[in-house]
Amino acid sequence: MLGVAALLLFNTLANLEARRIASGFAFLWREAGFEIGEPAFAYSAADSYARALAVGLANTFKVAVLGIAAATLLGTGIGLLRLSKNTLLHSLAAAYVEFVRNVPLLVQLFFWYALITEALPHPRAALHPLPGVFLSNRGVFFPSFSSTPVLEGFNFTGGMALTPEFAALLAGLALYTAAFIAEIVRAGVLAIERGQWDAAHALGLSWRQALRHVVAPQALRVIVPPLTSQYLNLTKNSSLAVAIGYPDLVSIANTTINQTGQAIEGIAIIMAVYLTISLAISGFMNWYNARLK
Amino acid sequence: MNRVWTALLAVIALFLAWKFVDWAFIEAVWQPDARACRAAHGACWGFIADKHRFILFGTYPYEEHWRPAAATLLLISLWAFSSIRIFWKWWLALVWLFGLLIIAFLMWGGLGGLPYVENERWGGLILTLLLTTFGLAFAFPLSILLALGRRSTLPVIRGMCVAYIELVRGVPLISLLFMASVMLPLFLPAGVSVDKLLRAQIALILFAAAYLAEVVRGGLQAIPAHQYEAANALGLTYFQSTLWIVLPQALRIAVPPLVNTFIGFFKDTSLVLIIGLFDLLSTIKVSLNDPAWTGFGVEAYLFAAAVYFVFCFAMSQYSRRLERQEPVGQGR
Repeated sequence: MLGVAALLLFNTLANLEARRIASGFAFLWREAGFEIGEPAFAYSAADSYARALAVGLANTFKVAVLGIAAATLLGTGIGLLRLSKNTLLHSLAAAYVEFVRNVPLLVQLFFWYALITEALPHPRAALHPLPGVFLSNRGVFFPSFSSTPVLEGFNFTGGMALTPEFAALLAGLALYTAAFIAEIVRAGVLAIERGQWDAAHALGLSWRQALRHVVAPQALRVIVPPLTSQYLNLTKNSSLAVAIGYPDLVSIANTTINQTGQAIEGIAIIMAVYLTISLAISGFMNWYNARLK
Repeated sequence: MNRVWTALLAVIALFLAWKFVDWAFIEAVWQPDARACRAAHGACWGFIADKHRFILFGTYPYEEHWRPAAATLLLISLWAFSSIRIFWKWWLALVWLFGLLIIAFLMWGGLGGLPYVENERWGGLILTLLLTTFGLAFAFPLSILLALGRRSTLPVIRGMCVAYIELVRGVPLISLLFMASVMLPLFLPAGVSVDKLLRAQIALILFAAAYLAEVVRGGLQAIPAHQYEAANALGLTYFQSTLWIVLPQALRIAVPPLVNTFIGFFKDTSLVLIIGLFDLLSTIKVSLNDPAWTGFGVEAYLFAAAVYFVFCFAMSQYSRRLERQEPVGQGR
């Protein structure tokens, strides 16, 4: 075993030397020299690789946090709809879950990206569903606290904007994960015994009150562990951003690897970041489980 | 009140369904004619009609397309055949071995008058199915070893298995694929090279093994302690009791969640697109680069979704049917 490890190390060092690839993390402080489409904070091509990677990490967190919030809301809604007594409602929800879970996320991301860039009109003919909100093939624009978007030349300025890449990634991640969360919520509510509902009804609580005060607090214990693993999946899946051109951590690290040739360091950075996130979340889970007991 | 809402919702759902049917079928263009497509209001399925050979077979030589077609049908038949429980016998392994040999002969050729086709030219649906099949075939035995290792009483073995499983499950598949495509060549001695397809396949195997190991571990945990005790009392060694008593029961329990993991893995093979392999999704995406057909991404990806859905839905229905059937070899 040690022999194999030594051989691999020897090969790697020989290869690195033959290809004139530097090793070590010194490259992090060199000038990156590439622009980033939508930096989460101030960044220019003259900044270092370290700053570029930090921008990528911030972009990963941005899409993951928004995606988790959207997927939770949507998933809980769909999960509860699946439990509805109304045949139309629960079959629509079931169809959604069945369809979304059986199609690869990457296909869904490409689909949303194609839909935004191909099916939506040019900025000049942008859809205008609400005052100040514009949908166009250059992205989604909506008012911020300080300004509203205005058409200037070929695109909108002012307000807040979601680029097509970000909007597609966010929509894809949220809609995909929501289907899995819906199943978790449904299973959690079903895990509560019939008697709890009956007792709540006997006390004169309505369906909604019973859910809110009796069932939900108990179901949450069943729901939270698998839910956190879905949050973790969403965060890991946000790395598919590289396929549609949203500058997340993996996509920036990929550019870094292509420019510097330092694949080992680049991949080590990606893995270290995701492992830290995973371990932090499972640490939280253990703490949460211990607290419930 | 409730009825009013239901009626309103039904009207909206029907309206949207009608809009979709109108776009996807009534107004759609089915002939491979890009100009007609751009003029029409409906979907452009002509794109798929024009590109179907490339989508299904990638860059495989055009005159030889019957070979990947036959291999695809054979592989799907093997899967369908293996789903029938009465065939779960030892000779099923021989059926697979024989089937895969025929597939290898069809795909590579080079014998009996079939021209040789190097695997850089393989692509499309068969590549997706082969990556899935070989990924699972190699990952499954590895996952059993990992799961057993994770329950081992030897701290070194247990520690290594836990570390491996948690490491792989903690990082995105893309990082493993990048590792296989850019890092693996650095590990090999000068002059030795492993082709791209094999490198991606290795990454997929290592990835699937970690996830399958957790499912197998679930099955192992479901075996009651008295089974182990009874095996010990009969004087069986660890190896004997694992092979003859514990594993057969644990794997039977684990079949439905295993099928669900298979579905996830089948979907995940689409990520090889990112490192430049021509799987089904990749051939569809590349077809859109043809200047005559740019701008039909919505139709292209709906088609991709439909193909993946057919396979995944069939597998998930199968898994559900297995779950409903009474558990086998259990109880007393």
